[in-house]
Amino acid sequence: MTQLIALLQAGIMFGTVILYGSTGETLTEKSGNLNLGVPGIMYLGGIMGLMTTFYYEMNNPNPNKFVCLVLAMVSAFIASMLGGLIYCILTVSLRTNQNVTGLTLTIFAGGFANFFGGILNRLAGGVGQISVATTSAAFRATLPFAKSLPPLLSMLFGFGFMVYLAIVVALLVNWFINRTSVGLNLRAVGENPATADAAAINVTLYKYLATCIGAGISGLGGLFYVMDYTKGTWDSGGGIEGLGWLAVALVIFSSWNSKRGIWGAYLFGMLYWLFFYIPNLTRRSMELFKMLPYLVTIIVLVFVSLRRKRENQPPGSLGLPYFREER
Amino acid sequence: MKNENENKYNEPFIRISKRGIPLPFWKALGIRAVALLAALILCGIIIFSIIKLNPVNVYVAMFEGAFSTTKRIWVTIRDTMMLLCIGIGLAPSFMMRFWNIGAEGQILMGGIVSAACMIYLSKTLTTLPMLLLMLGFSIIAGGIWGLIPGIFKAIWNTNETLFTLMMNYIAIQLTAYCVALWENPIGSNTVGIINPRTRAGWFPELFGQPYLLNVLLVITLAVLMYIYLHYTKQGYEIAVVGESENTARYAAINVPKVIMRTTFISGAVCGIAGFLAVAGASHTISTSTAGGRGFTAIIVAWLAKFNPFIMIPISALLVFLDKGSIEISSRYNLNDHVSNMIIGIILFFILGSEFFINYQVKFRGRRNENIPECEQQCNTKEVEA
Repeated sequence: MTQLIALLQAGIMFGTVILYGSTGETLTEKSGNLNLGVPGIMYLGGIMGLMTTFYYEMNNPNPNKFVCLVLAMVSAFIASMLGGLIYCILTVSLRTNQNVTGLTLTIFAGGFANFFGGILNRLAGGVGQISVATTSAAFRATLPFAKSLPPLLSMLFGFGFMVYLAIVVALLVNWFINRTSVGLNLRAVGENPATADAAAINVTLYKYLATCIGAGISGLGGLFYVMDYTKGTWDSGGGIEGLGWLAVALVIFSSWNSKRGIWGAYLFGMLYWLFFYIPNLTRRSMELFKMLPYLVTIIVLVFVSLRRKRENQPPGSLGLPYFREER
Repeated sequence: MKNENENKYNEPFIRISKRGIPLPFWKALGIRAVALLAALILCGIIIFSIIKLNPVNVYVAMFEGAFSTTKRIWVTIRDTMMLLCIGIGLAPSFMMRFWNIGAEGQILMGGIVSAACMIYLSKTLTTLPMLLLMLGFSIIAGGIWGLIPGIFKAIWNTNETLFTLMMNYIAIQLTAYCVALWENPIGSNTVGIINPRTRAGWFPELFGQPYLLNVLLVITLAVLMYIYLHYTKQGYEIAVVGESENTARYAAINVPKVIMRTTFISGAVCGIAGFLAVAGASHTISTSTAGGRGFTAIIVAWLAKFNPFIMIPISALLVFLDKGSIEISSRYNLNDHVSNMIIGIILFFILGSEFFINYQVKFRGRRNENIPECEQQCNTKEVEA
């Protein structure tokens, strides 16, 4: 039982990172932009949140926890939005290929983030690993009564606030896309930009906004990874990149429905950590067990394509550039 | 609302139209060169703001990192060939608009079987049959890895972008498994150099050059792929399927068959790249054997418009940047992720410059009552020029 709770906890932590990524990407893809730069954008969010709070903590002997939180969230969101903006300028305005641009963004942002993650401390005159203890503690602060609850409840209420925020954001995005008129317009842009254009919807504006805000949300996943998952340090092993790709996969897994993405993310997380909780595994078979989330994604992918249910299909113009004169 | 209506009857500030006549070759080249230069200047500014060094010196250091000694030149050439090989492999599938981002996995599969041959067969075979066997197995392994998503795409139209991506991770885990299986010395979690003494399964030196065989092999592949794509019926079928599946069906092309065949070929060439990486370069296998080159090669293939010969300078440029960045990072005590940052910036600019090659941008300028006439005039002027 304790094992199961521990697995669930690890799954939820892991799932939250990719939930942010996939929620943002869902919003982006609804506008018809297939942004393969999600791993890069998560990198940007993570490193910017880390950098700003690092400088803040370094220059203030008594950092204010609340300022730390706001600073990290805002800078991560803005940096990720800038990543989305680069993508938009290239794909929407300059009509480059979306897949190639997204991959380039991942290459660039991965290099950018790992570069600064690796040398920031040295640039600032310190030694060893970069670390932001106060901010990380603020991110990981739990409700005061959580520890005194019975094990399962204690686990469920014992996360940092971003875990719950991820659920709220996913539900909000789902509500926005399906229940508001602006969301309806956005879906129209993603399904058929020419028709949306004819209906006086500003296609370019919708694509820009959806992609940039989506990127901002994805970037929070990177921030959560840095602040909560790795406890305020920089992991230069490329962990974020793998998670970013899983986030892209989760969008399809949830068939462009961020509400479904919530449990999908936790399931992914539990599958990912399953090898850790199965007794008597050799290291070799551990490696084989780590394939599980990817195998399951493939199976779901095939299953979705087999069923061909209309509401489970990708947005009609996903991945295609829109050029008015080409209608 | 009123404002919007007014705007509709005004000419927009910027007008964009597709070029009817493609730009002459030297002009297109010029635009790309300007983009490259702009990117280098931006990178220089960034480098300067971080390490406060004269960017020109930094570029000189980069150049030295890639070309200062004969050995370095050969390593640069070897890595260029490796990237080129992957680019060649990706060309057919991308020409078919099959988004194969699974080159990493296909390389690793080719690498795994090559390493397996080197480990298990080193005592039974001599060099030539050994290399041929490794080549054959890596073609099959890479090909199958490419074929699996191809089958699902052909029959059920399963999204290939994610399928191939997930196949990467499965291949990475398989590699991790094999590394654990073959680790040497035990506990190191690496395979180490395979057959360091006997050199069984290593590429032989030709004319004293250890990497000449890589070059010959990849250039042969490039020529073959060029002929295959441009002068054979199968290459034509790939182009038609890529342009429009409906047209292909109408022309009685068996689309599923073409998809499966092409993905197999694509994977097979990437498998050969894995064989090159293991037998011709590192003589070991690890989860980083592909090292992100499967993704970089996509951009190489795309920018070259799938022409293997244009891929040569592009991959050379990228490898040069990579080697150069590693040099400056070791010289100035940075870390080598700086290379990805620089490569990313340069690719952004080159990608963006394609727009100015394919499209025409006109500013509003003076008001003209009759727009279509003006456009005609502009076009005729261009024909004359």
